[in-house]
Amino acid sequence: MKFGVVVFPGSNCDQDCFYVVKDVLKKPVKYVWHKDANLSGLDCVILPGGFSYGDYLRTGAVARFSPVMKHIADFAGKGGTVIGICNGFQILLEAGLLPGVMLRNRGLHFICKHVYVKTDNNRTRFTSLCNAGQILKIPIAHNEGNYYIDPAGLEELRDNEQVVFRYCSARGEISDRYNPNGALDNIAGIINKKGNVLGIMPHPERSSEDSLGSRDGHLIFKSMVNWLETKRL
Amino acid sequence: MIVEIYIALKKGVADPQGLTVKHALESLGYKDLADVRMGKLVVIKLNYKDKKRAEREVNEMCKKLLSNPIIEDYRFKLSGE
Amino acid sequence: MIKPDVYHSLGLSDEEYKNILRILKREPTPTELAMFSVEWSEHCGYLCSRKWLKLLPKTGKYKTLIGEDSGGIIIDDLAIVFKMESHNHPSQVEPKQGAATGVGGIIRDIFTAGARPIALLDSLRFGPLSQAYNRYLLAGVVDGIQFYGNCVGVPTVGGEIYFDESYSGNCLVNAMCIGIAKKNELSQARAFGIGNSIMYVGSSTGRDGIGGCSILASNEFKEGEEKRPTVQIGDPFTEKCLIEATLEAINTGYVVGIKDMGAAGLTCCTSEMASAGNSGMDVEIQAVPRREENMEPWEVMMSESQERMLVCVKNGKERQVREIFLKWGLNASVIGHVTDDGLVTIRDNGKVVASIKAHSLTKAPIYDMPSAKPKRLKELNKLRLGRIPKPADYNEVLLKLLRAPSIANKAWVYEQYDHMVQTNTVVLPGSDAAVIRLKGTNKAIAATTDCNSRYCFLNPYRGAEIAVAEAARNLVCSGGRPAAVTDCLNFGNPEKPESFWYFKNCVEGIRDACKSFKVAVVSGNVSFYNESPKSAINPTPAIGMIGILNDANKACSQNFKQDGDVIILLGRCGEELGASEYLKEIHHLTRGDAPKLDLKLEKAVQDTTLEAIEKGLVNSAHDCSEGGLAVALAECCISNEANMVGAVINNLNYDIREDALLFGESQSRIILSCNSRSVKEIDKIAKRNKAPYRIIGLTGGIEFRILSGKKELINLRLENLSKEWRGSLPAK
Repeated sequence: MKFGVVVFPGSNCDQDCFYVVKDVLKKPVKYVWHKDANLSGLDCVILPGGFSYGDYLRTGAVARFSPVMKHIADFAGKGGTVIGICNGFQILLEAGLLPGVMLRNRGLHFICKHVYVKTDNNRTRFTSLCNAGQILKIPIAHNEGNYYIDPAGLEELRDNEQVVFRYCSARGEISDRYNPNGALDNIAGIINKKGNVLGIMPHPERSSEDSLGSRDGHLIFKSMVNWLETKRL
Repeated sequence: MIVEIYIALKKGVADPQGLTVKHALESLGYKDLADVRMGKLVVIKLNYKDKKRAEREVNEMCKKLLSNPIIEDYRFKLSGE
Repeated sequence: MIKPDVYHSLGLSDEEYKNILRILKREPTPTELAMFSVEWSEHCGYLCSRKWLKLLPKTGKYKTLIGEDSGGIIIDDLAIVFKMESHNHPSQVEPKQGAATGVGGIIRDIFTAGARPIALLDSLRFGPLSQAYNRYLLAGVVDGIQFYGNCVGVPTVGGEIYFDESYSGNCLVNAMCIGIAKKNELSQARAFGIGNSIMYVGSSTGRDGIGGCSILASNEFKEGEEKRPTVQIGDPFTEKCLIEATLEAINTGYVVGIKDMGAAGLTCCTSEMASAGNSGMDVEIQAVPRREENMEPWEVMMSESQERMLVCVKNGKERQVREIFLKWGLNASVIGHVTDDGLVTIRDNGKVVASIKAHSLTKAPIYDMPSAKPKRLKELNKLRLGRIPKPADYNEVLLKLLRAPSIANKAWVYEQYDHMVQTNTVVLPGSDAAVIRLKGTNKAIAATTDCNSRYCFLNPYRGAEIAVAEAARNLVCSGGRPAAVTDCLNFGNPEKPESFWYFKNCVEGIRDACKSFKVAVVSGNVSFYNESPKSAINPTPAIGMIGILNDANKACSQNFKQDGDVIILLGRCGEELGASEYLKEIHHLTRGDAPKLDLKLEKAVQDTTLEAIEKGLVNSAHDCSEGGLAVALAECCISNEANMVGAVINNLNYDIREDALLFGESQSRIILSCNSRSVKEIDKIAKRNKAPYRIIGLTGGIEFRILSGKKELINLRLENLSKEWRGSLPAK
């Protein structure tokens, strides 16, 4: 099993993701330069957080034209596992691999802090080790995490159980009070219809070790590893 | 009356955003670009029709709040009744 | 013939101009004159300060590295490189871009040393938030720091913010960056080896900040003055690419030397790299990538466009180095080569426009400035406690102090900064010092910035000593062993004897305190001319200090962890109200003397705390600073919003005024909390170190109470305290 971490100019969580896969999960991993076309041998592609191209036009808007994105679309089309974290999520939205858009946080500020998310769907390859409704403590760090989709789109997401994570209180209460950025329906993470592409605003790679204040993000990586391994069995 | 205010970095001030967009457009094949500058568009609907007053007040708004005169220029266009 | 008003307007005196004629044995060209004017400006040449900076200790208990643009220490096979630098005047003019480019500049000083930047801290000072422009400055500076730091991917883990009238009209923005490298992979800011190439990398050159370095940094602010053309725009995306490309390039071994084009841009880089390498440099400025048309040679030499660097590359390896920068979408052009004539030769289309001995540019004159103690200090230092009325309700006083912006919780600020990227921050902002683990080792770094400028205003020598002592104390409370210092010395006009007296005394205070802690000052920066039309700022020698934790898992934070823990106070409470936040906020007085400082006592308290933390005996540690014991204890109770823990303090028994007991700022005090089983052991450690030790109460409940005998001085619900402390700062 091999992971690839995509590096766009301006990615800044690429090394953190690489570290978690290599040193915490202890799985093989390599960097994929945004101009590389070769994803062969990879079982999972991580689009890391950061500010690809400075987010100068619109988050993810320039990165989605990087040569690697076409290959990631093919990879996803064939059922390959793709996770986009923060800026990676934003790129997946711009590229049309996930539905919806990200607006600026409603408070108009960048927010970096630990938040809680509820696992709305634990029947995915990204959450299979979470209990139904499990509350995870994972940090966010973004300026544009205010997820939006039109009413029909939202209905479709719900009908297909594509909403995977929603912002909540430490006890799991989902309300506007515990919505850090104004995201529609407190949405923090969604998957595509096929269930092989996840976009998530919170950073699981920042919460995969006890010394960083939470190990809950590790469950997401561990679920992926588990899925990839059993698939092989 | 409607006023459209365009705010952009002064000529000569570095515009990293514009430059990044220029490079992105070039990589999509649009090679003949001399320069790309980014700015803001602010649209204000005024409750009155006195053009002189509008010009005076919009100038004030731009200087006081909407633009940062240290690095930005502005221009505006009045239209409508 | 160059007229006096020309060189005067460039900041050169008649004497300095004569000196230039003597050096060149002819009249300077306009380009040469501009080059001298910036290299010999206070900002680049440290004319007034250099004599005194030599006093600061360059060695300490850790092996030090003192580089051209930064310094550091060696821990095992790692070099930890760090530096703090000011960007005050640009931030006062355009807060967002001023702060952003300040952050960008200090990061470049670190990665041009070959070190990967791993943390940022910011020491900020503003005028009172009651004034609209100060609120604009705070919001703008915070926005600039988040804009740059977040994008560039270096966590902003700490710092400090204070508000005082003396900063109205002249805010302070001091940014500190820490980086790490394998000790044998460091690079230098030097050019040598005849025939090696000089390569320009990074953004293109425009007319940004032309003359900014001499004009922005050496003139006091006059209200309404036009500073427009000298503002620079930060580009953190390009900087992020530069970090990766530079570290990759240094890693090839083909880079002989590298330097950031900061203040005075190309002038500074060419002359200082040649001078440091004892060589010369021949540069063709037509080869410099440009953003604007029709630039004069001197404009190219003076430009302060951001995100550019000069690299000395091994002859024959230009292509390999260039390819790395091109891969990251950056300019990289060979603009010259190293010579052995010791001259910085600048050509424009082949024609020589400047030819100056590198050493003569970098050996700026040293001035011995007169100093005089301000006369009003004697009167200001008097404080008759008998004339200070005792408050009727200490609860009210405590709440008011917690609301004071200098004391209030700063989450509104640090939550706008990405303080977790790189996944090393094991103690997050909001505690005494941030702690950053070093992956691949068990170790971690603690980092803090400190300075109480009111102390320095009333007693500069002791105020500076206290800044060092408090920085060390903050590190110790996080479990770090104080290791080394960088300083950013912010003062008024050095040509005014009273301002210079403050500078001199603060430097001496830093020297003596650092020697006592056996820590070296490895890098630093001086910013003079911090004055508004009304007055000079309070003297502000900001101290950035780093400490080492041998075991990252032993990192400690300030908040009480659980009910039923024993609360211990190390140190003594004196009847000291001089220079306190309490006097200022409650009685509107800036008077008296700074608190006493006994460095032996300080060391005893710090050693006790460290030993207790390292033995795993302690659940929390917090130092007493602004607002005294009552504020420090309140912070222990409420600083973890998700788990606030009450306290009952019932064993203080000091025979001093109640307000001094609660809010006095006696130094060398640390509050510990621990499980009752650990008390005996901590008692022993304190006795062995001769640190005053007292159990003052217990944690628990939903209230914070302080009793003196039977009298209840403080009784407040935690949610009430938290609301006041957390509600005061967003800047509206």
